[in-house]
Amino acid sequence: MTANRAIGGIILNNPVVQVRNLETTFQTRLGPFRAVNQISYDIYKGETLGIVGESGCGKSVTSFSLMRLIEKPGKITNGQVLLKGRDLLKLSESEMEEVRGGEMAMIFQEPMTALNPVLTIGRQLDEQIMRHKKVNQKESRERAIEMLSLVGIPSPAERYTAYPHQLSGGMRQRAMIAMALSCDPTFLIADEPTTALDVTIQAQILELIQNLQEKFHMSVQFITHDLGVISEISDRVMVMYGGKTCEVATTSELFLNPRHPYTHALISSRPKLGTRVDRLQTIEGSVPAPHELPPGCPFYNRCPRAKTECMNHQPPLQEIKAGHQIACFNPV
Amino acid sequence: MTSFILRRLFQTLVVIVLLSYFCYTLMTLMPGDPVELMIQSNPKITSEDVTRLRQLYGLDQPTYVRYFNWVKTIAQGDLGYSRTYRVPVSEIMGPKLINTMVLSISSMILSLLIAIPLGVIAALRAGTRWDYLVNFFAFAGISIPSFWLGIVLIIIFAVLLHILPAGGTFTVGLENITTFQMLLDRAKYLILPVLSLAYMEIGIFLRFTRSAMLEAMRNDYIRTAKAKGLSYWTVVWGHGFRNALLPLITVITMSFAHVFAGATISETVFAYQGVGKLVYDSIISNDFNVAMVSFMISVTMVLVFNLIADILYGVADPRITYK
Repeated sequence: MTANRAIGGIILNNPVVQVRNLETTFQTRLGPFRAVNQISYDIYKGETLGIVGESGCGKSVTSFSLMRLIEKPGKITNGQVLLKGRDLLKLSESEMEEVRGGEMAMIFQEPMTALNPVLTIGRQLDEQIMRHKKVNQKESRERAIEMLSLVGIPSPAERYTAYPHQLSGGMRQRAMIAMALSCDPTFLIADEPTTALDVTIQAQILELIQNLQEKFHMSVQFITHDLGVISEISDRVMVMYGGKTCEVATTSELFLNPRHPYTHALISSRPKLGTRVDRLQTIEGSVPAPHELPPGCPFYNRCPRAKTECMNHQPPLQEIKAGHQIACFNPV
Repeated sequence: MTSFILRRLFQTLVVIVLLSYFCYTLMTLMPGDPVELMIQSNPKITSEDVTRLRQLYGLDQPTYVRYFNWVKTIAQGDLGYSRTYRVPVSEIMGPKLINTMVLSISSMILSLLIAIPLGVIAALRAGTRWDYLVNFFAFAGISIPSFWLGIVLIIIFAVLLHILPAGGTFTVGLENITTFQMLLDRAKYLILPVLSLAYMEIGIFLRFTRSAMLEAMRNDYIRTAKAKGLSYWTVVWGHGFRNALLPLITVITMSFAHVFAGATISETVFAYQGVGKLVYDSIISNDFNVAMVSFMISVTMVLVFNLIADILYGVADPRITYK
């Protein structure tokens, strides 16, 4: 794969993150379960890649694998994660600690529980700033307050000494973002950062992430199960199902011209504004249990277009046109 | 915060007064009084003598009058006179109380020093062989009676190995020794009782630490702390243990409340001159003044340490505010 490419008129160069054949396995009582199964993708400089999929499709495990924060009984069993050309999976634990929260930061789903309740917001920011930057307590405090004001927290100097429970959910998520961006990361992973917030706050947070991304020229991996959020924030989208990649395309291409039967079904199941229907369209069946996944395409048992070959052979991820890849033998 | 503490102090005082009256009444309800014991020890006593003695000691008066008299003398700093030992209560209790404090506090510190790191490690390695081993050790500590452990320790270290004294508080008859030698001599007598007391406390603290730590390490903020690039041990102590501390505060402070109550069994097994046996003897022998003073010490300690636990809780957990 070439490093520089043009997709839909946008010139993308310098892949910041290159994930190759990533495989994360959980040892369960029913045998090994591949939560992430041989996935590969790139994220370019300044770009937002949205990863979408339903619960249990492996999107969060992918993020945690990139951060190397997979807990037992899980383990990264194969692949490469290159951040600016350096394979993170080959780093020692202490080298990885340098990367986490420094070059690569992450924000989480639950702002209510993701902050430590017994430490002040300031203390939690300082901890990270002083870990990665050669600054003293006073400089760190200045940086922390600067970050808090940057993410739109009113009277940041006062909030610096506040505890998480004294802030609203939206403010806490802003504080989380301030923390994540405090050490100028080149790559940010946002794991459903708006799921726990109500819709108006959600819109504010999305806008904030977009503004900050432009300001800091970050690459963002944005994870969500919300197609609306994805369409708003991402440049390109990767659709995941059963630990595998189904389809990768630019956002407009994916929504206008979905080719994988799963993506197609997902997009058609969204209610459309201005049309009345008795029943919303759904995808028949449910996600198979890990040990029931067929050897071939994971979507096989729910796919309206499935053929026998789909059951036994995993369709490879292939480029069907510039920047649009799908893993399907019988695309829509 | 200050008004909360003042209010709680006032409440504590009220409870102490009420409980002291309650204890005093219970003491008078016990069969027998000091005069009856005198009758038993003196066959020549006449019934007039008995009435005179009862009047002399004020035993013919109603309970509340006697209680107020007792409070009056206590308030003047006079703890009364021990009938069994024939010395003022402060004289008999003071040194023994200090011995008990030394014993209890050393065993408490020892057990915390051992239990907290072990409990944390057991929680971090939950479900592994390490965890099972530590748990087995903890349950043994909780289950083994301290008198049995005491006897076993005496057999091993005093009878078989001859390296530590079997009992006592200090070597009798040592003269011309420096303070340091004196402390060293006392420490030698402390080792076995401290070990036998500490083992049970280790078991209890270990179980609490382990479960509090397991709970804390499961929280989302632990993942956040890791994602910030903090080292594993910073995450464990700075974030995990800092939160596990909250439930531990109550358990540890309340254990300190019993420091003065005395460890009757260990003190008896090791013939240690502590307050535990004194309290037991004073109740059995109707030694009112000694018994009341030790009751009051126990009651005050429990109440005061409750207050301390509340205050520490407010300090350690910012979500708790006192109005």
